[in-house]
Amino acid sequence: MNIMRRFESPAAAPSGELPAPVRISRRSFLQGVGSGVGGFALGVYFAPALAAADKAIPGHAGNPDAIPTAKNMPEPQAFVRIGADNGVTVIAKHLEMGQGTFTGLATLTADELDADWAQVRVEAAPADVKRYANTLMGIQGTGGSTAMANAHRQMRLAGATARAMLVAAAAERWKVPADEVQVSAGIVSHPGSGHSAGFGELAEAAAQQPVPATVTLKRPEQFTLIGKQKLPRKDSADKTDGSAMFTQDVQLPGMLVAVVAHPPRFGATLKRVDASKARAIKGVVDVVEFEGGPGRFGGVAVLSTNTWIARQGRDALQLEWDDAKASRLDSDAMWRQYAELAGKPGTVARNDGDATAALEKAAKVVEADYAFPYLAHAPMEPLNCVVKLADGGCEIWNGEQLHTGDQGAIAATLGLKPDQVTIHQLYAGGSFGRRANSQSDYVLEALSIARAAQAKGHKVPIKMVWTREEDTRGGYYRPAFLHRIRAGVDADGKLVAWHHRMVGQSIMKGTPFEQYAIKDGIDSSSVEGAAYPYPIANLYMDLHSPDTGVPVLWWRSVGHTHTGFATEAMIDELAAASGQDPYTFRRAMLGEHPRHRAVLDKAAEAAGWRKPLARGGKGEKRGRGIAVVESFNSYVAQVVEVTAGADGALRVDRVVCAVDCGLAINPDVIRAQMEGGIGYALAAALHSEITLKDGVVEQSNFHNYTMLRIDEMPKVEVHIVASDANPTGVGEPGVPPLAPALAGAIFAATGKRIRKLPIGKQLKA
Amino acid sequence: MIKFTINGTEHAHAGDPSMPLLWFVRDEAGLTGTKYGCGMAQCGACTVHLDGQAIRSCVTPVSAAAGKAVTTIEHIADDKVGAAVQAAWRERDVVQCGYCQSGQIMSAVALLKSNPSPSDADIDAAMGGNVCRCATYVRIRDAIHAAARAAA
Ligand code: FES
Ligand code: FES
Repeated sequence: MNIMRRFESPAAAPSGELPAPVRISRRSFLQGVGSGVGGFALGVYFAPALAAADKAIPGHAGNPDAIPTAKNMPEPQAFVRIGADNGVTVIAKHLEMGQGTFTGLATLTADELDADWAQVRVEAAPADVKRYANTLMGIQGTGGSTAMANAHRQMRLAGATARAMLVAAAAERWKVPADEVQVSAGIVSHPGSGHSAGFGELAEAAAQQPVPATVTLKRPEQFTLIGKQKLPRKDSADKTDGSAMFTQDVQLPGMLVAVVAHPPRFGATLKRVDASKARAIKGVVDVVEFEGGPGRFGGVAVLSTNTWIARQGRDALQLEWDDAKASRLDSDAMWRQYAELAGKPGTVARNDGDATAALEKAAKVVEADYAFPYLAHAPMEPLNCVVKLADGGCEIWNGEQLHTGDQGAIAATLGLKPDQVTIHQLYAGGSFGRRANSQSDYVLEALSIARAAQAKGHKVPIKMVWTREEDTRGGYYRPAFLHRIRAGVDADGKLVAWHHRMVGQSIMKGTPFEQYAIKDGIDSSSVEGAAYPYPIANLYMDLHSPDTGVPVLWWRSVGHTHTGFATEAMIDELAAASGQDPYTFRRAMLGEHPRHRAVLDKAAEAAGWRKPLARGGKGEKRGRGIAVVESFNSYVAQVVEVTAGADGALRVDRVVCAVDCGLAINPDVIRAQMEGGIGYALAAALHSEITLKDGVVEQSNFHNYTMLRIDEMPKVEVHIVASDANPTGVGEPGVPPLAPALAGAIFAATGKRIRKLPIGKQLKA
Repeated sequence: MIKFTINGTEHAHAGDPSMPLLWFVRDEAGLTGTKYGCGMAQCGACTVHLDGQAIRSCVTPVSAAAGKAVTTIEHIADDKVGAAVQAAWRERDVVQCGYCQSGQIMSAVALLKSNPSPSDADIDAAMGGNVCRCATYVRIRDAIHAAARAAA
C-alpha cells in the first residue's frame, strides 16, 4: 500500500502494492538545462550558494524547525513506500556504482521514519526529471559527489512525513492523542493504552491521512541510524552471491549481443568492411554498420546470442578506415606542444596583486613543471547498454549516471517524448565518471546499433558490449595536463607570489554544459582547486585549452586530480626551499580555513607526524608526506608513509586519512570510500597512463594499462572529523591528496622530486 | 559433445570446444554471477572452481571442463568454507561496485581450502590475480583472515 495514495490518480492496487507512478509532464534534458534549475554542477563543483538559495535543499544536519512539507515534499511517495508486508521501500534516485548511495539514501529516510534497518529495502528510481532531479544539477544525475548533498533533506523529509502519517493513523485507530504515539525500530505504539502495531498494519490507514502541513526533522542526538558506526550496506548480500544485476548480466528473450569495432583513431570513419570471415563463424547472426554522431564514432557490430562468438566475429572483420578527419596525435609531440604553450601567456583565470613583480622580490623562488597523462576510467564492468526498440517507445537497461540526460537524448534521436523512453536502472560495475557523458556517447551508440539491427530485420533487444580493449581505447579520458608554476617566499618564509600556467583540454567545450561551465574562456573544471586554499597576495593564473581530438571527460575528482597535485607539490617544494616542515608550513597558512586545518591536524596527529618514522631494513629509506585538498565541499588530508629500496623499489606502507564531509551519514561507507579513493589514486600515481602513437592508443587491457593489486595496497587508517555541516560527498574527495602526499613521502625518503605522473620507473633511473 | 556439471547440474556443449568456459557459464547456462573483466587472465573477475581449483574461466576452454565439476559464485555458500567467506564479506561490507567480488570470493575460497590460515604474504600471492578497481583490498584481506578464523 502506498502510504501517500492521495497523490496517486489510479486507485491503489488491492495487493497492497504501489500503483504505477503517475506520469507527470517531464522536461526534456535540454529544456531542463535551459531552465537552469538549482544551478549546474555536474562532476565539477557544486555551488553552495546556489544550494542555499534553493529552499528545498538548505539546512544544517539537525534543523529542528517545522518544515512545510507541501513546498519541499510535494510527493513523498516518490521516495518511500510502505507495504502491507511491513517492508519499507526507499526509492533511490541516484546510481549505485559502488559509492554507497543506496545505503546512504535509505539511512536518511529510515532514520526519520524510525524504521528498523532490516525492514528497509532500496529500489532504483526510474528516469523522471520532475521527481528525481539532482537538486544541484537540474537533471537527474549522479556526479560531482552530490548525492548526499542534494538529497539528504529530501530523503529525511520523506521519512518524517511518512512517520507523521503512520502516527496519525495509529492515533485515530486507537483513539489516543497523536503526540502520545511513539515510533521506534519499525513499531508504532502507545504506551498508555498498550497498543502497538507494525508499519504494515497501519499503511493502508496512513495513506488516508492528510499529508501534514509541516514536519519536524530530528536533531542529531535523536538519530538512530544516521552516524551509526556500522550499518550494513544494502547491496552487500546480492553482490556476494552472484545475484546483483549489472547491465552486462541482462538477458532478455530473443536478445542479441553486439560486440563492437571502433575506428582505431578518434575521428576516423568506416571506409569498407569485409565481413565474410565473420559471417562464416557458426553462431554469428549478422554484422551491422552503425553511425557515429557528436562525440562518438561509427563502426561495425557483430551480433550473436553468445558474447564470445560475437567477439570472434568482431576479430574476424576486415576493416578499412578513412583517416582524413582522424586525430593523429602523438603523445611525445603533444608534450612538446604543451611545453611550448606553457611558455606563452594564456587566458587569464585570476590576477591578484602583481605576481611577476613579487616574484622578482621574493627571497626564494621555485619553478617547476608538473605533467599528468591521459587516464582511462577503466571501471571493472566495461561499457555496455541494452536497448529494446518498440513502436512508439524504447526501453533501456543500464547503470545510468545521467538518467534524464540520456533519456532526453534517446527520445530526441527517435522523435519520441522523454517519457516514452523507459530506463531500467541497474547497478554499475564502477564508473568513476565514465557513464556520465553529456553527449550520451555509449548510450546513443547502443541505440544506433539497435536501429541498424532492426533495419536488417532483427526486431529484438540488443545488448551492446565493449570489450576491455574497446573500453581502454575508447577515449573520454582524464585530459592530459601540464602545469608550470613559479612561486616565491619572502625572507620570513611566507608565501608571497604564485604564477601558475595550465595547459590541457577542456572537458566542457562542445558539450551541453559549455555555457554553464566555461566563463570568459575558462573551463572551471580545468582550474578548480589550483593554488587553493592558501592566501597568496600576488596570484596569477592562466590557461591554455588546446584541442587534440582525443575525447576527454571527468574522471573521479575531475580537475582536482591534477590541480591538487600541482598545488600541493609546489607547496612542498616551497617548504623545502625555505627550510620549513611541510605540515607546519601548510598549517600556518590555513587560519582562514578551519575545516582544512582540522583535517590536516587530525591526519598529522594520527600519523605521529612529529615522531620519527620507524627505520627501514638494510638499504631502505623511509619517508612521510602530507597533503590536504578540498574537493566537492569535502575536506581530506592524508599522510603517506613509504619505504624506498636501494634498487628503486617503492613500497607504500601506510596512509592515514582524515575527512570532514559534514554530517557523517554512514561512517563505514565514508571509510570505504576513503580506502577505495586512496587505492584508485595510487593506481594512477604509480602506474596508469594512456599514450598515443600516430593517433592510436597504445594501451589495450590490464597488462599494459596497469591496475593496483592487493600486494600494493597500503594499510589505510581513516579518521572522520565530526561536523554538523550539511553532508557532502565522499566518492571523489579521497582521491586528490594521495598523489601529492606520496610525492612528498618519496622526497623525504630519497630526495627525489616527482613532477610527472605516473611515477612508473622514475625511481629506478 | 562435452559434458560436465555446473553447481551439480549436468550441462552439455555441442559448439566450438575452444569457447572459453566463461561464455558457456554466462551466455549458455545463464549464470551471470561470474563476470567478464579482461578476457585475458589479467583480472580474475571470471574466477570459478573446476574440481575445486580456482581457474580463470575466460581463458579456459569448455573442453577442459569435460567430465569435471564447475562451481560458480551462485553456489559457493553450499560449501562450509564458501559460506564462511561470504559471511565475512557481508560482515565487513567488503563490496563497493561489486563487479569483481564474485571472482574475489571464488579465489579466497580456493585459498582457504588449500591454506586454512594464510599469512598476508599468502593472501598477496593467492589474490594477486584479482583486480578490484574500487580498491576494496583492505577489506578483502581483513575478510579472508576473519573467514579463516571462522572456518577453523
Ligand atoms: S575476465 Fe578472466 S581474468 Fe579477467
Ligand atoms: S568492488 Fe568494484 S571492482 Fe571490486
